Formats: sequence, structure tokens, C-alpha cells
Amino acid sequence: MTNTWQDIKNANVVLVMGGNAAEAHPCGFKWVIEAKIHNGAKLIVVDPRFTRTASVADFYAPIRPGTDIAFLSGVIRYLLEKDQVQHEYVRAYTNASLIVKEGFSFKDGLFSGYNAETHSYDKTDWQYELDEQGFAKIDDTWENPRCVINLMRQHVDRYTPEMVSRICGTPIDKYLTICNLIAGTSLPDKAMTSLFALGWTQHSVGSQNIRTMAMVQLLLGNIGVSGGGMNALRGHSNIQGLTDVGLLSNQIPGYLTLPKDQEQTFDDYMKTRQFKPLRPNQMSYWQNYRKFFVSFQKTMFGDAATAENNWAYDLLPKLNVPMYDIIKAFEMMVHGEINGYICQGFNPLQAFPEKNKIRRGLSKLKYLVVMDPLDTETSRFWENVGPLNPSDPAKIETEVFQLPTTCFAEEDGTLVNSARWLQWHWKAAEPPAKAKSDIWIMAGIFHRMRELYRKEGGAFPDPILKLTWNYTDPVEPSADELAKEMNGRARADLKDASGAIAVKAGQQLDSFAQLRDDGTTESGCWIFTGSYTEKGNMMARRDTHDPRDQGITPDWAWSWPANRRILYNRASADVAGNPWNPAKPIIQWDGSRWVGIDVPDYGPTIKPSDGVGPFIMNAEGTGRFFALDQMVDGPFPEHYEPMESPVENLLHPKVQNNPAARVFADDRADFGTPEQFPYVGTTYRLTEHFHFWTKHALINAILQPQEFIEIGEVLANEKGIANNGWVRVSSKRGHMICKAYVTKRIKPMTVAGKPTHVIGVPLHWGFTGLAKKGYGANILTPSVGDANTQTPEFKAFLVNIEPSNGPEGEV
Amino acid sequence: MTLTRRGFIKLSGATLASSSLSAMGFGGCGVALAQSVRLYKLAAAKETRNTCTYCSVACGILIYTTGDDAKNSHGNIMHIEGDPDHPVNRGTLCPKGSALLDVVHSPGRLQVPKYRAPGTDEFKEVSWDFALDRIARLMKDDRDAHFIAKNEQGGTVNRWLTTGMLAASASSNETALLTWKVARAFGMLVFDNQARV
Repeated sequence: MTNTWQDIKNANVVLVMGGNAAEAHPCGFKWVIEAKIHNGAKLIVVDPRFTRTASVADFYAPIRPGTDIAFLSGVIRYLLEKDQVQHEYVRAYTNASLIVKEGFSFKDGLFSGYNAETHSYDKTDWQYELDEQGFAKIDDTWENPRCVINLMRQHVDRYTPEMVSRICGTPIDKYLTICNLIAGTSLPDKAMTSLFALGWTQHSVGSQNIRTMAMVQLLLGNIGVSGGGMNALRGHSNIQGLTDVGLLSNQIPGYLTLPKDQEQTFDDYMKTRQFKPLRPNQMSYWQNYRKFFVSFQKTMFGDAATAENNWAYDLLPKLNVPMYDIIKAFEMMVHGEINGYICQGFNPLQAFPEKNKIRRGLSKLKYLVVMDPLDTETSRFWENVGPLNPSDPAKIETEVFQLPTTCFAEEDGTLVNSARWLQWHWKAAEPPAKAKSDIWIMAGIFHRMRELYRKEGGAFPDPILKLTWNYTDPVEPSADELAKEMNGRARADLKDASGAIAVKAGQQLDSFAQLRDDGTTESGCWIFTGSYTEKGNMMARRDTHDPRDQGITPDWAWSWPANRRILYNRASADVAGNPWNPAKPIIQWDGSRWVGIDVPDYGPTIKPSDGVGPFIMNAEGTGRFFALDQMVDGPFPEHYEPMESPVENLLHPKVQNNPAARVFADDRADFGTPEQFPYVGTTYRLTEHFHFWTKHALINAILQPQEFIEIGEVLANEKGIANNGWVRVSSKRGHMICKAYVTKRIKPMTVAGKPTHVIGVPLHWGFTGLAKKGYGANILTPSVGDANTQTPEFKAFLVNIEPSNGPEGEV
Repeated sequence: MTLTRRGFIKLSGATLASSSLSAMGFGGCGVALAQSVRLYKLAAAKETRNTCTYCSVACGILIYTTGDDAKNSHGNIMHIEGDPDHPVNRGTLCPKGSALLDVVHSPGRLQVPKYRAPGTDEFKEVSWDFALDRIARLMKDDRDAHFIAKNEQGGTVNRWLTTGMLAASASSNETALLTWKVARAFGMLVFDNQARV
């Protein structure tokens, strides 16, 4: 989230699209109700189903799964056509005026530079025209046809209301009503917030779904302001933290990235990470990358990371592919390329697409280590549970370890919430029986490995032997020590400009601005610097005061970065530094510095006249309508059909799906056609359950005891399916037999002139736990991910459905 | 940090009981009766501040544990409720958060390390030493056999691709950092988390 949960109450319009917050985030959703009651906000819901969020909306419209880019590109077209944009914001704070390189073009569904063999783009021309000094050329008059604003206008011109309606199945009148409501927030003192979740990410175009909305928000001047923003409602208690700390194939904590094969030297590595400003005077904050990286290496390897050895650069592994994500991991597994797998609190047999492939992959492992508080399906993948898990244990040679771990109530530490708050929590009891913390287990594995390497030698032991481990209790390092390690400390006396000692050697740092690239500082995660200082554990703060009651609570816990609660908050004020919305200012210029209720996302004394843009992490200082080369599938979003779709792409039939998506051959062979599988499936959560955990909790198992799908009345009548009757739902990849819930909340949509039916598949059941046993939605879903992030396409795929005699009919 | 916010209930409750009983004329025997009455469970419980383990609204919760943390005592979590001081959830919890106690005490909680040998159809209890020694052996053998120090062009790459890891989404940042350090020191790249699901 760019903003906070409570800040939602400041919105004038709340758009929930790509999520169902009332059901999945109920206690956060109260702030939407607060906005409705106390701020007169209008709630708009766009969703394939009439969800619980829709049931309290001021306006609801249906949309076919997987067509959000078409819908939102149409909104952009509408805003430009009606000229309902926040003009001053767009001119000053976005890249609308910058000029795009001549070579860039878009034709018949493809951007320039496409290579059909590799399914990827040469992105050389996805850049600005540069002047002699290397700055992007600009035309403030917008007369140059190569201005970003003009190329964008041209790009979205195809998304007329008629075209949007034909693609999305949204009736034109409803669509236009929503466009009009959204456009109202183009006034400088009005704001719309966008609340979304996996309904946008779990598509082969997931990242571009979100980008399209971000572009809408930039046009309206809704980023950086109170009641605005792009607010990803994250699903797990610390998935924000796990991402921040870089537990992803290609990441280093704090959104640094691991080196690639071609970056053989540290200099090569830094060459592509210079972040030279693309406009005069810009902060381009990533220019400090080297300080963050060197400080991180000092945390990892201490004295073993020196200037002479390029800060132990070679002790980090290098990548030969963009990433080894989970879809790729299971592809490797089924081909026998992976021998061992460790699942720490993760249940891929239920959580990842194409369950049968996941089981095939696990069955080929030599060893599987599962660390979990609960008895997961993954740890029992080898059991024969009949049709629900048809394994033959005698044929599975995998050694499996099921290791009992602590749960949230049995440990200290921090979790990062959706709003980037690091909140400390305290241990309330000892774990059951012999359960141990993940820290104890990881330390135990590490120490044994290190001992084996000390005794036996072996392949490249250096990073294992040189890894820092200076903890008071090496067997189970405390959460406090690890939190301090992430914050970072001075390794030598740090002097300020006057030569005075600002931070003594050994002291905790206050801010990432203190980090150096000469080895005198260390920090395990630079964006967390300031969270655990000499003043103590800032994440444990519990001061609830909230200036002007505006939803900031600056002294409750600690927010990254720098305890900043609203990102890009410089954009909450106009060019001169006066708030766009005088009733809800965040920061403003007082003549000598930026003051307000939040930490400025800006240099605190940079004068408005200096022309420094508010998007300080971007090299040009502005928000981007044109994304340069940052996305693999295009600088502008484009509508591509889901990999399994009931219709052809109306815009460019020859480019049906995302052309830059990575699809493995065996996965492509498992895609179904609309002739065999005529209905659109989409997966989701219920409010009574959390993934596959709560079926182990008695009350939740009672509340929603049994696997079911949701089907609209029209299709149910057509197929002879009764409410509470058994059905067989199938895709090219597998089938499930479960109960049908016949509902008025899903209605057929007219797509390209034809009726299209959606079948809803809640995802919570499996073969362990207290609820009735079930298959899990991933028996149906296709193994393909978003082109940029590889997030699986769970939200739009093809299925068939027919009445069934129930499980007895299953052999 | 644990607080005994409800400690005052114990005090004031006992005072109230004895004084009102006195007022009703029970005198000395009434005080004895009042003293024999069991205290409220929450009044005797330890209160701990924590965060709900499910979604990322991150509702503040209060956990109540019996026992006084003395050596050899094993506290039992007996009640969990929303933290009314928390600025986001303000004491509320959803149908999942309201039932947190049931997941803490689920019969599905794992109790002891278990091992399933190749080709068999059961888990057997093992010691932690057996499990971790065996895991380290398997990992080292696999790493030594398949570690890639140089790629085909002779460039230094130092990666290990034949063992992978998925990291937890409900573990703390502190667990995350330690996990990162260990996994990358081994050279792992097949490494991911639940951000996508």
C-alpha cells in the first residue's frame, strides 16, 4: 500500500477491483465504511461476482475475469477524451511531456522489438530521446507527437466504450457510470483510492493490470495524497516482510538484486545500477545503490568483505535466467533436475497450480523437508488418499522430514503489514511438545553444514565458512539481535561534514542516509534502517496519537522507509508546495522546509523552485505513464486474453495472449479449449477461511465444512444442476467432485455477442485437517504465470461442469 | 513484553466482594467465603500483545496465557481477543481472527519431528538430531555433487540449483533474514515465497 489502512477513510471514491476486501480483509474494510459514512465516499465494485464487498457498494458492475486492462484502458481514454484529468499534476509530476525514442512503436498487438522465437522483447527503443547531456527531451506544449501523453492517447484510442463492453461483458451504461464517478476525482481536492489484491495479480498480465490502474491514478492526481494511492491488500501476515527482506529468487533484502552471469565483476554489476538522473536536479535515490549493497555485504560477511575483494561479490550466487520461481522449480522437478526441496510454512501441493504436476514433481525428489506448525498435504504428498491424492507410496523414493515449528503466538519478532508497518509481537507461550522455531531449525541445519564443510571440505565452502554469525545464542539467535542486524550499525566512527563524530563505532544507525560504500557501515536491509536504533526498538512503539485524526499514527510501530506513512507525499502539494487539498494536507512548504504530519518523501529542505520531482526513486523524478524498459511485456499495458479464454482477442486475433509470457511446452499442452471447456473458472477465498490453514481450526471447519463451487442460476438450470447437488468440475488438467452452490450472485455476461458463464471455485480444502476432505482448487488451474512476476493465473481459466452422483461415482 | 493490565481486577474485585458482603451483614465468615471464591481466569492470566497470523491488515491481538512463567511451569494459551488500542482493527477481529485459539490448539499441530523413509507408507517419530543430521548430510552431498562454480563460458557463478526452498509467509522478518543468510550462503537460487499466492 502507498497509504495506510486508516487513510482509506479520507477517500471520496473507493474503487475495489481485483479484490474482495469485505470478505478477505474485513477489519481493514471497516475504513471503507468509515469513508462512506463520514466522508460521503462512493464505493465502486467491479468484479465477476456480486461479492460481499459489492453488497455494500454504491455501484457495482460485472466484468469477465482477465479483462481488467481493457476496462481501465477505456477509463484512461474516457478521462483524456473528456479532459477530466488533474492538469497541473500531470504536467509537473508525470512523464507526460517527455519524448519517446523514434524506434518505439506498437502494431497489431506487439510492441517494437519482439522476438517470436524467444517470446521476449528487445527493449532498446523503449526509452526517451536523450539530449547531449543524457537528459530526456521534453516538450511542455505536448505538440510533439512523440510525447508520452500523445503516444498514450493513441494507444488507448481503441478502447472505446463499445469495445470495452464487448471484451469485458460489462454493460455500456454501467461502465460509463463508473467512468463518470472516477473522473470526479480529477479535481485537485478529491481523491480516489484503489484497493486490490490477487484478483489483479493472478493473471498472465497481472503486473500490467496494476500498472493500468496506477496510470489512471496519475492522470487523476491521486498518488501521494490523503485518501488516494495504489493499495495492494496483501494476503499473508508477513508476505510484505518476506518480500522486503528479499526471499525471492533474484532479490537481495531491500529490493536490491542478485547479479547475473554476464555481470562477472562488481564493476559490471554496478554499471547497470547507476541510476543516473534522466532530468536535471533529480534525486534518483537509487544512485545510493552501492552504499546499500556494500553495507549489506558487510552484514553478510563482516571482515571477509573488503574493498580488495569487491565486498565479497563472488560469494553471492549469479543468475543465468531471470528467476527460479516456483513454476520454474516444479518444471525442473518433473524433469528430475531438483533433488531436494525445503518447504518452510508453505504448502505447494495445495497452493500452486496444476496439482497433479506438483505431486509428480515432489515424487521425484530425493528429499523433502517440511517445516510447519500444521500437518500439511505437502508433507503427506506420498500418501494414497484415493482420488484426492492418488499416490503409490511404494513407488516414491523421497525421504520426507516433517518438522514441527512454533506458530505466531510462540515467538517474538516483527511482521510487516500491508501499509509497510513493522509491528513487534511478543511470545505468549511455549510451543507444543518438541516443536521448535524456524530460527532454531535453520541455525541447526547451517551449523551442521558448516561443521561438515570444516571437516570434509567440499564444493566452494567459502560463503558458508565466512557467513557472519555473531549472535549471543548461536543456536537460536534472538529476534532482537536479528532486528538490530537488519537496521544496521556503524563499523567505525562516522563523521559528519564538519568532521565531528556523528555516530560512534558499534552504534545502531538512525537512517539509511548514514550508510556508506566504504565498509564503515553495515545493514541487513537498508529500507529497515531506523527501525531499531540507539533509542530502542521503534517497531514496538504503541503511541496511538494521530494528528488531525487523519489516519497517520506516526508513533505507532514503525513504517518503512524512514517511518514514512504515505509514499510519494511530496505529490500531495502543488508545485509551489501548497496542499492540493487544504482540508487534508500531508506535508507543505513553509518557506524554509517541508512540514506536516508525515515524514516528507523528499529532501526536507529542497525548495519548490528547484524543480525536483516527487517520485524520487525514478531517475526522471516523475510518475510513469510510459514505463520505459521496466516491464517485460510493454511500456504501455495492452489487453491480452488469459491463456485459456472463451473468446478470441477482439483487438488483435493473431496475438491472443501475452506474447512475453513464459510458458513451458508441457504446460501449454495442458491448456484446454473453449470447445471442451466452455466456462470461465476463477478461484477465491471465503471470509471464514485462510488458505489451507483454518481447516485445521475447529470453528472455521464447522463454519465452512465442505468443498463447493458457485454457479449462476441460468447455467445451473441449463445443466440440470440443483443447489447443494453434486457436480463434477473439470479442466484439461484434472477434475474435482464437490457440492454446487447455485447463486444469484453470478450472472451470465455477454462477451463478443455471446453469453459467458463464470464458475467460482473457493480454494480452501484438502486432505488434512478437521473439515471434510476435498481436492483443492489447484487441481483445475493452469501452470502459467504473469510475464513479469510469474504469479500463477488462478483468476481466469477454462472449465466444464456437469451434474454428478457424488464421490461414490468416483473410482 | 507482558503486562498485567488485568491485575487490578483481581485487587478491586476481591475488595468489592468482601466489602459488599460485609455490607450485607455476613461479617467475618463472609470474608472467608469471598476469599474462597475462585478468581476470574483472565484476572490471573498473563496478557501478551501479538499480531493476527492471517492477512496483512495485521490486527492487534491480546493473548491470555495461564501460569506465571515460573521455571517448570508450562503456560497454556486460554483466550485471544482483538486489541482495542490498535489503530487499525480497534479491537475487532474477523471470523478467522476470532478463532485463532483453535489454530493454536489444533489437533493438526505437529508435536514431534517425523521421518518417512523411501518406499514406506508411514511417518515415524525421530529425534531432532537424527532429522537435522540427516538433512545436513543430504544437502551437503547434493551440493557437493551439483554445485556450479563456473558456467560454460568459464565465468564465476557459484550457484546451487538442485536443492530449492520456499520461505514462509507468516514467519517474522527476523526469521526471514536468518533464512536468507543461510540459503544464499549455500548458493541457492531456487528460492521463493508466497507473495504470489
